[in-house]
Amino acid sequence: MNKYKKITLDGLIFQNPTFMLVLGTCPTLGLINSAFSAMGMGLTVVVILTLSNLLISLLRKVIPNEVRIPCYIVIIATLVTFARMFLQKFLPDLYDSLGGFLALIVVNCIILGRAEAFANKHNVLESALDGVSQGLGFTAALTLMGVICEFLGKGSLFGYEIMSFKIAMLATPAGAFLVYGLCIAVFVYVIDGFERARRVKANKLARENMLTEVA
Amino acid sequence: MATFIAIVLAAVLTNNFITVKTYGVCPFLGVSKNTSSATGMGIAVTLVMVLATLVTYPIYTYVMVPLKIEFLEIIFFIFIIASLVQMLEKIIQKVSPSLYGAMGIYLPLITTNCAVLGVTELVIGDMSKFLAGASMNIGWAALYALFAGLGFTLVMIIMSGMREKLNYYKTPKAIAGFPIAMVTACFICMAFTVFSYIS
Repeated sequence: MNKYKKITLDGLIFQNPTFMLVLGTCPTLGLINSAFSAMGMGLTVVVILTLSNLLISLLRKVIPNEVRIPCYIVIIATLVTFARMFLQKFLPDLYDSLGGFLALIVVNCIILGRAEAFANKHNVLESALDGVSQGLGFTAALTLMGVICEFLGKGSLFGYEIMSFKIAMLATPAGAFLVYGLCIAVFVYVIDGFERARRVKANKLARENMLTEVA
Repeated sequence: MATFIAIVLAAVLTNNFITVKTYGVCPFLGVSKNTSSATGMGIAVTLVMVLATLVTYPIYTYVMVPLKIEFLEIIFFIFIIASLVQMLEKIIQKVSPSLYGAMGIYLPLITTNCAVLGVTELVIGDMSKFLAGASMNIGWAALYALFAGLGFTLVMIIMSGMREKLNYYKTPKAIAGFPIAMVTACFICMAFTVFSYIS
């Protein structure tokens, strides 16, 4: 059970694709000017990443090692084509707001990266869980930054107007770069703080154990 | 002539791939630590963008549209780009080993660069606002790809210059690396918003 907990926590926090690994930056920067499109992008990636991890993990013994990258690309491109048709038919609002970035999910480094680093070495269940948790980590990060950028840059949240004060610069790519950079800095700082606290606690515990043993 | 100027200005300045469209940000942040590698990456990306457009645009207009298989464009395009990059790598390796030494390491990375797939998807989409009245053809498509690539190279070189200077300063641990690079990129983007007044 511990293994599954580790995979989930890694995806959501310790190896968060957006803040810790800094992968898939293009859709992040392009879409965080609106919380709706950022969240839509995140959820689309969750579905595609889970399915691609699942398929690649299922086929990992069949795909020859030399041509694995083209095989992964075909699997991912097929999934993205399906996702695009689905969104065009059933969620046209989201389809319009994602624009060109929907097709660019194919070259999103997170999906190919997880296929290469995780799915071709682990079993189906672990790979699927990894896909879900990495995808949700991506979604959470995108939604957080989308809320910040949209609230300060447009004075609205998920399209509903909240205040008339706005800093228009934060809804442009320049603002996206700024918010993304600062969010990474804060995230890394907080995680570092936790790690340090944990290490201090572990050291203290070890010393106490040693003292009781000596006594 | 008006169309030529409109496309050049749109591709390099007003619709720059990095600062306005945010395509191809991964290599922009990853390979911009020094100017020589940034220039190499920029030129390699430009070359692949032009070649990819020259191949995908006719295939889309003359093969996929008549056969009504436009929905397969993503699969077709990514495959064309991947094989093109492989082929280019082998050709450069044979023809000019010195060029391969300078550019070879960047080529495999380009397959998963959004700028290349992005430009091939853009030129088959609605380009009317860049064309100033002319109708779309393969020449304009290749021209757009060329100058979009040059705009990408320009921003890469500016960024690498700034990051080289940043190395002289000590930054706190949490800000070092990506965060400070993104704040730098933010300033470049702000400078580029000036060009959005060109119309």
